[in-house]
Amino acid sequence: MTETIISVKDLYHRYGEFTAVAGISFDVMEGEIFSFLGPNGAGKSTAINVLTTLLPVQKGEATIAGYNVAKYPQKVRESIGIVFQDVTLDRDMTCREILEFHGNLYSMPNAERRERINELLELVQLEKKQDTRTKQLSGGMKRRLEIARGLMTRPRVLFLDEPTIGLDPQTRMRMWDYIKAVNDEGTTIFLTTHYMDEADHLSDRISIIDNGKIIITGSSNELKNTLGEDLIYLETSDMAGTIPILSGMELVKEVRIKPRGVTAMLNGDGTKILPRIIEALSAEGIKVSVVNLKKPSMDDVFVHYTGRELRDEGAEKPSSAITRAGRR
Amino acid sequence: MHLGFLTIYWRDMIRFYRFKTLLISSLVQPALWMAFFGIAMSANFNRLTSEIPPIPGVPSVDYLTFMAAGVIAMTTLFTSLFGGMSLLFDKNWGLMREIFASPLPRNHIIFGIALSGMTKSFIQSIIIMVFAILIGAQFFLDYSPVNTLLAILGILLFVAVFSMGFLFLSAAIAISLESPEGMQGIMTLLTMPIFFASNALYPINAFPPALQAISMVNPLTYLVTGIRYFAIGDNYQAIGIHYTYSTPEIVIAFLFLVGFAGLMFALAWWRFRKAVVT
Repeated sequence: MTETIISVKDLYHRYGEFTAVAGISFDVMEGEIFSFLGPNGAGKSTAINVLTTLLPVQKGEATIAGYNVAKYPQKVRESIGIVFQDVTLDRDMTCREILEFHGNLYSMPNAERRERINELLELVQLEKKQDTRTKQLSGGMKRRLEIARGLMTRPRVLFLDEPTIGLDPQTRMRMWDYIKAVNDEGTTIFLTTHYMDEADHLSDRISIIDNGKIIITGSSNELKNTLGEDLIYLETSDMAGTIPILSGMELVKEVRIKPRGVTAMLNGDGTKILPRIIEALSAEGIKVSVVNLKKPSMDDVFVHYTGRELRDEGAEKPSSAITRAGRR
Repeated sequence: MHLGFLTIYWRDMIRFYRFKTLLISSLVQPALWMAFFGIAMSANFNRLTSEIPPIPGVPSVDYLTFMAAGVIAMTTLFTSLFGGMSLLFDKNWGLMREIFASPLPRNHIIFGIALSGMTKSFIQSIIIMVFAILIGAQFFLDYSPVNTLLAILGILLFVAVFSMGFLFLSAAIAISLESPEGMQGIMTLLTMPIFFASNALYPINAFPPALQAISMVNPLTYLVTGIRYFAIGDNYQAIGIHYTYSTPEIVIAFLFLVGFAGLMFALAWWRFRKAVVT
């Protein structure tokens, strides 16, 4: 992590009246795994399309691997690899042909190309499917093939737009391992995702993006620490009375109202503070009906900064919610 | 030299090979034209022109031979105009993104598609020529084997330049449009006037002046002229009209097609530079 490999300043992108990307600035260091975490429609894909030269730079500046995206798109294209959000495989070509085609697009020398193809087919466990047409592959196999394709040219930066969308849990885990392995070899990874656990598990740093803006950037721990050491969720017999008591307590950083209860962010050890809270509440005659003590998760961070949950239902669940695979 | 266009060519040929129905269906149409329209009209024309005394000393060919050259040209026109369609599908199915985000220079996409379209036209032209001869077209009559070979190469040269022009046009339209239906509509709109305002099926000598003017700027006319010159000869009569071609005329016809191809490439290149694919 020595050099800046992606640098973006005040990037805007509009589709007619609609502003998809509303002035984002960030830097990605070489060798990092950097994530854009945000709901669908947050502007992640638009940002990626601009960075990968598929959309023009309308306003602002972006530099990848030392090349200005607007001025030297050709050089940028040579430095990057991309895995697109939806499947972009020719249904009537075989797995091997897909990779051959890709390698040739990047003018890879024959020997190197073949060697890479064999290596990658093995990595994504598609050796046995190499002569199968892609229309006969399962969703997970297709995704694996696309990831293999993105890695073909050993790019300096690999863009992954929702890489594990529609994959079963085991395949996702394995994808994460591949991504980590690729990153270990020195490829910088730029990832967009709306899966909290994915961002949390993979990334060195995460930018939470919503409505075209970056809300906060930091490592997973940094982001979680902004919410304090522990979180306590409470439901009581008198919610209105609970809030001032909680707010007035020592080591309580902030109190947030939830649909049926309250969450208190703590600047101390929750296991020690919780009994004191319950004591203080019963002293006022307030009964605690539900209590939950936990470390802040990525979900909490997301809800805290965007004011809403990623999931559609918007119900409060104390445990870390993994969004179901397969949703877009 | 960057050989990226060969990558595009290779992929399009794989698809062509996998979808043999495309080749077969594209050959059935010209075969039907020749078998029905050609033979039927041949009988009619032969009856109508039997009154006209033949010009002495000028070799005479029947209508089937005359229109077979037009059918080769027509097939080349159709195949080339539809050749860009695969770009539209690539664009709609997101496959074009992979190519557009790669370092491949974008004009290579145009060249690659043009080259594969040209190859398809070669295959079709040769098959139609063979079929035409089989049902009685008097192609390469009294030619020596060497001359026959040269004549075929001449025909393919004309087919090559002509198909390039229309493939560039097709690519330009495909990259500018969103829907295959829209493209289909434009193609149908284009093929009718190009086909009928040409010398493919009948002589243009008797056209009204306006139609004749159109036919004179119609690339198809020059392709048909080229094919007839090579397949039939530079001095023959058909349906009561005496045809002679001088070498400069043929060179001009060829240069006209080259100019057309150049213009269409400029159009395609302009459209591709403007294209945004996401």
